[in-house]
Amino acid sequence: MNDEAEIILSELNDDDLVLQMHDDLYDGLKDEISEGVNILLGRGWTPYDVLTKALVEAMRIVGEDFRDGILFVPEVLLAAGAMKGGMGILRPLLVETGAPKLGTMVVGTVKGDIHDIGKNLVGMMLEGAGFEVFDLGINTDVDQFLAAIEEHKPDIIGMSALLTTTMPYMKVVIDTLKEKGIRDDFIILVGGAPLNAEFGAAIGADAYCRDAAVAVETAKELMARKHNQQASS
Amino acid sequence: MTKRTDPLSKLIAEKGVLLADGATGTTLFAMGLTSGDSPEFWNDTKPENIRQLHQGFVDAGSDIILTNTFGGSCHRLKLHNAQDRVHELNKKGAQIAREVADAADKKVIVAGSVGPTGELLFPLGPLTMAEAQVAFVEQMKGLIDGGVDVLWIETMSSPDEIQAAAAAAQEVGMPYIVTASFDTAGKTMMGLAPNNIHSVFDGQAEKPLGVGANCGVGASDMLSSILDMTGADPEAIVVAKANCGIPEIQGENVVYTGTAELMGDYTCMAADAGATIIGGCCGTSCEHLVGMRASLDNYLKSNRGPRPTIEEIVEKIGPMINATSAANDLQPKRERKGRRRS
Repeated sequence: MNDEAEIILSELNDDDLVLQMHDDLYDGLKDEISEGVNILLGRGWTPYDVLTKALVEAMRIVGEDFRDGILFVPEVLLAAGAMKGGMGILRPLLVETGAPKLGTMVVGTVKGDIHDIGKNLVGMMLEGAGFEVFDLGINTDVDQFLAAIEEHKPDIIGMSALLTTTMPYMKVVIDTLKEKGIRDDFIILVGGAPLNAEFGAAIGADAYCRDAAVAVETAKELMARKHNQQASS
Repeated sequence: MTKRTDPLSKLIAEKGVLLADGATGTTLFAMGLTSGDSPEFWNDTKPENIRQLHQGFVDAGSDIILTNTFGGSCHRLKLHNAQDRVHELNKKGAQIAREVADAADKKVIVAGSVGPTGELLFPLGPLTMAEAQVAFVEQMKGLIDGGVDVLWIETMSSPDEIQAAAAAAQEVGMPYIVTASFDTAGKTMMGLAPNNIHSVFDGQAEKPLGVGANCGVGASDMLSSILDMTGADPEAIVVAKANCGIPEIQGENVVYTGTAELMGDYTCMAADAGATIIGGCCGTSCEHLVGMRASLDNYLKSNRGPRPTIEEIVEKIGPMINATSAANDLQPKRERKGRRRS
């Protein structure tokens, strides 16, 4: 286990390199991840395979350990930073090659609330999982959500709040979408420390996500369900 | 250790266990503060409401009141375009609490509340420790000019930010308390475990007067954190400021499950767990504090009980929301291919 020898990424075969990249992303090693991405691309891997098999799989492991209380926010942020480095290389290539995208999300911390660490994690983890994410920032009012919906045509709307006093604003946004008759066009995910599943149901969200890892799982599951429904109708 | 002569240390020496105050935020919202507004503005525009907040806690029996300055650093105030009002708003907040404390018929300590900057520190974010220290010093100077007895650094999660705030307190030459919020798998969201909070100050010349926990998830989880902290250093002065039971959502409203009786039981258990300063956080009203005061007074007249076990805490106070910090540490770690060069 305690391998003191320096690891030369380019000397590893594909399988070992991918496993090493999982470890390196787990450890938040940005330069090594970028190097690994370039090596795989150089060996003829498609950008989509690099994304899913090396980066997304690594981020899934990070997400699991975050959920289980093994990793905490600093480690996840560093891992997401390493992921971002790899994504910077892959993003233009993915667009060029027309790789499948899991979906599009707009996400924001709701009006009155300025806490963004959890929301940022959700954004990064979803991006890491293959979604296109538009982050609306903090203190996002309903008009900003509506404008972003118009501009980005998202599949998913994510709302975050850390305060018991700001979480009711999520209902204002959902009620506005209902009034406009467009509520059912979107998957609405909500999250934040004081929330729970009952609150999510009470305000009419599709799901409450306990943390960023759950948000990724839920987003994937609900997107798959949405596609099935569209296919059968 | 040399005997401390600051007002808080003297009051602890005199009374043994002190009652802190209750919820600032949730109480102010009940007075009509609207979501998204800076509570610190009320130190200027509605001082009578802040006075009423403090007076309620003093009348309910608090030995310590915290100033309405939690979000009073430039990093928080800039979100309300008030980054140039740090000194003024902190000084005014401290002055209001000072007046209430001085008018009381018993000794009341004024603690200057300092919350986190809300920024991620380098390398996770842009804020350096030196910059964080500068921001904390600015806020603390306002609090000192308004007459606080002690600086009360609370709801912290990052060890780096705690060190920056501790360095700031030493720079301004004021005794300080540090409490963290252990809300993620028994640790802070940044991964600090309760039993490790003491060692955060290893490099500091002037140690905090006390360390502790505030907010977090529920009262039972809080007691578990307190046991970890007092277990790791039985000599330390430990602070417990728990939310009022567990936040439950009823319809679209948040209701805290704690009754005055439950918070009274929590107070005695926190004291048995070794806490020296006990109070409430979110959801703790004056009625709850009255119950806590009565329980604490009875407790101080009788003999201390043994350190409670987690099972006793759960039975009396209610279920834990998270696993204990220690239980999470026992989880299997991932098999790794090997280590990177370090």
